[in-house]
Amino acid sequence: MELSSELKKEMYWMMLLSRRLDERAWVLHRQGKIAFHISGIGHEAAQVGAAFALKRGHDWVTPYYRDLALMVSLGLTPEEFMLSLMGKAGEPSSGSRQMPSHFGLRRVNAVSHSAPVATQAVHAAGIGLAIKIKKEKKVVLTTIGEGSTSQGEWYEAVNWAAVHQLPVIFLVQNNQYAISVPPEMQMAVKSAADKACGLGLPGQMIDGTDVIAVYEIISELAEAARNGKGPALVEAKMYRITPHSSDDDDRTYRSREEVEENKKFDPLLLTKARLIDEGIYTEKDLEDLDKKAKQMVTDAVKTAEEAPYPAAEEAAYPVYAEEVPNA
Amino acid sequence: MAKITMRQAISQALWEEMERDPKVFILGQEVGVWGGTYAVTKGFYDHFGADRVRDTPISEAAIIGSAIGAAIAGTRPVAELMTINFAFSAMDHIVNQSAKMHYMFNGQMVLPLVIRTVGGGGRQLGATHSQTPDAIFAHFPGLKVVAPGTPADAKGLLKAAIRSNDPIMFIEHATLYQIRGEVPDGDYIVPIGKSTVQRSGDHVTIVTYSKMLELSLKAAEQLAKDGIEAEIVDLRTLRPLDMEPVIESFKKTNRAVIVEEGWKSFGVGAEISAQIYEHAFDYVDAPIKRVAQKEVPLPYNRNLEQMALPQVEDIIKAVKEVL
Ligand SMILES: Cc1ncc(C[n+]2csc(CCOP(=O)(O)OP(=O)(O)O)c2C)c(N)n1
Ligand SMILES: [Mg+2]
Repeated sequence: MELSSELKKEMYWMMLLSRRLDERAWVLHRQGKIAFHISGIGHEAAQVGAAFALKRGHDWVTPYYRDLALMVSLGLTPEEFMLSLMGKAGEPSSGSRQMPSHFGLRRVNAVSHSAPVATQAVHAAGIGLAIKIKKEKKVVLTTIGEGSTSQGEWYEAVNWAAVHQLPVIFLVQNNQYAISVPPEMQMAVKSAADKACGLGLPGQMIDGTDVIAVYEIISELAEAARNGKGPALVEAKMYRITPHSSDDDDRTYRSREEVEENKKFDPLLLTKARLIDEGIYTEKDLEDLDKKAKQMVTDAVKTAEEAPYPAAEEAAYPVYAEEVPNA
Repeated sequence: MAKITMRQAISQALWEEMERDPKVFILGQEVGVWGGTYAVTKGFYDHFGADRVRDTPISEAAIIGSAIGAAIAGTRPVAELMTINFAFSAMDHIVNQSAKMHYMFNGQMVLPLVIRTVGGGGRQLGATHSQTPDAIFAHFPGLKVVAPGTPADAKGLLKAAIRSNDPIMFIEHATLYQIRGEVPDGDYIVPIGKSTVQRSGDHVTIVTYSKMLELSLKAAEQLAKDGIEAEIVDLRTLRPLDMEPVIESFKKTNRAVIVEEGWKSFGVGAEISAQIYEHAFDYVDAPIKRVAQKEVPLPYNRNLEQMALPQVEDIIKAVKEVL
């Protein structure tokens, strides 16, 4: 079935807005205005495609730190993202208690992971279990980097979901690096999707730069999972265009030529070209959209800069759900 | 003797031990091609090769579990965990395996294993990148726990650790890599399980280690301006714990403040103060004070983080309270 132009436009907008937010984060870091940024540039097609395949706000997500575009698609606002970068009061994931990009937004059923990689996969299995127990028609999407599928907990989570036939989509974003380490030093198989055959669930590799392909495939898997057909494993391939994080100097382990070469597969550019090709947008439309996105980012930065820091007393709570004297 | 950084001192110890003993090898995430998360193993991969400087998958359980196997089979692994927070992913191997195998199997197996890892907060990395759970590891008989506060101790203790036949948690502090100090060249060994006096004074004993040594020294300098001379005992090793210099100092000053970066509850300070009461009760002139992290997961925001971490002012205040 051909997707509607409206849907394509919406997905493009989320990719664009996320990209401009992400780029601005790097600028803010260079200006010394934020302490840390970890980037999703290059991942937008996979994340937006996957998010749109969900019933957003109804299904569950256990994301990881690169999922800015996924979160923006779910409803994280530019202001909220900027608040988190600056560690300001009112930051929605953690009240600025946690590092930026450890996204948790209860209002859209997005559950934060706490930094040790792969834990979110096990939580997703648990959410799948709850969905089954409560007899709901929902699915959980859990995302992860390819390197982190080396973690024992990841295998345990996938195995668990397969054994119990839980409604979980395991989406691996293979961006060719785990900090400095390439996939062949993480796994002896060609793709994380190949691991599925040993764990008893369907696995497939998809082009993570093709937002429409991702949308279509995950939509189908999600619908099957909601209808009791069990979990699935998908590896989306893309290239991590930025360094691992603002603490990383990637020149020590990959050449500039390699990065430039891979920028040809920048999902934003590919999607843009496609929309023009299909006559959905003109160059002029796209320029206007870009202006709009940049303006939204600028406004969000301003709002966040003007926002107060959390009061020092806030450090003291909420350690427990209930106040515990002298805890 | 040369004035070098903590990073260089640790690197030197590793390099010299690898040159000395071909059975020593390094494994961990990013240790090889990249040269280590904190650049401690820069140049090692090119010099010693991929077999002895082994980049591993992101699998903490397998890093420690396989290091245990390799140690039993006659090598001397130095396993690196990117941060101590990720040691929890390998806890079964650290606690249920490495700490117990020598004892449980009646000494049949020796485990010359060093787990190098990095702890501590203060860099805005959030609650699960910033912990100081040293006391947890020190709780287990069978493990040795070393946490140096100076470059010289880092070198000497790491060399001793690599030559030891026991499993050792070697905990470096994330914000100490840049500090400089005189470090003896060549084969310099500091025995594991020996506390030491880092500053002499008659009025109060400050017991501390690792990063908090730096803060305690600063506090002592300021206190000296008010005519208060603090004696600072650096534990260096948490298990086996050497209380002798602590008790000796306390018998002289009759007052103590214990400074640790981790949480106060069930922490290093609790152990030290209990032992002072046990061994030197008659010398106690004031209740012993503890300075530690506030009882919250360490927050990301800079203000919140600093307010949760122990500060120089907290040490000064505690000292003035016991005087
Ligand atoms: C248990 C654990 N070990 C190590 C780390 C440090 N670490 C953070 S991100 C990362 C690389 C992850 O690579 P990958 O899974 O490919 O995801 P990517 O960052 O490439 O998206 C590592 C090793 C961690 N956070 N948790
Ligand atoms: Mg990766």
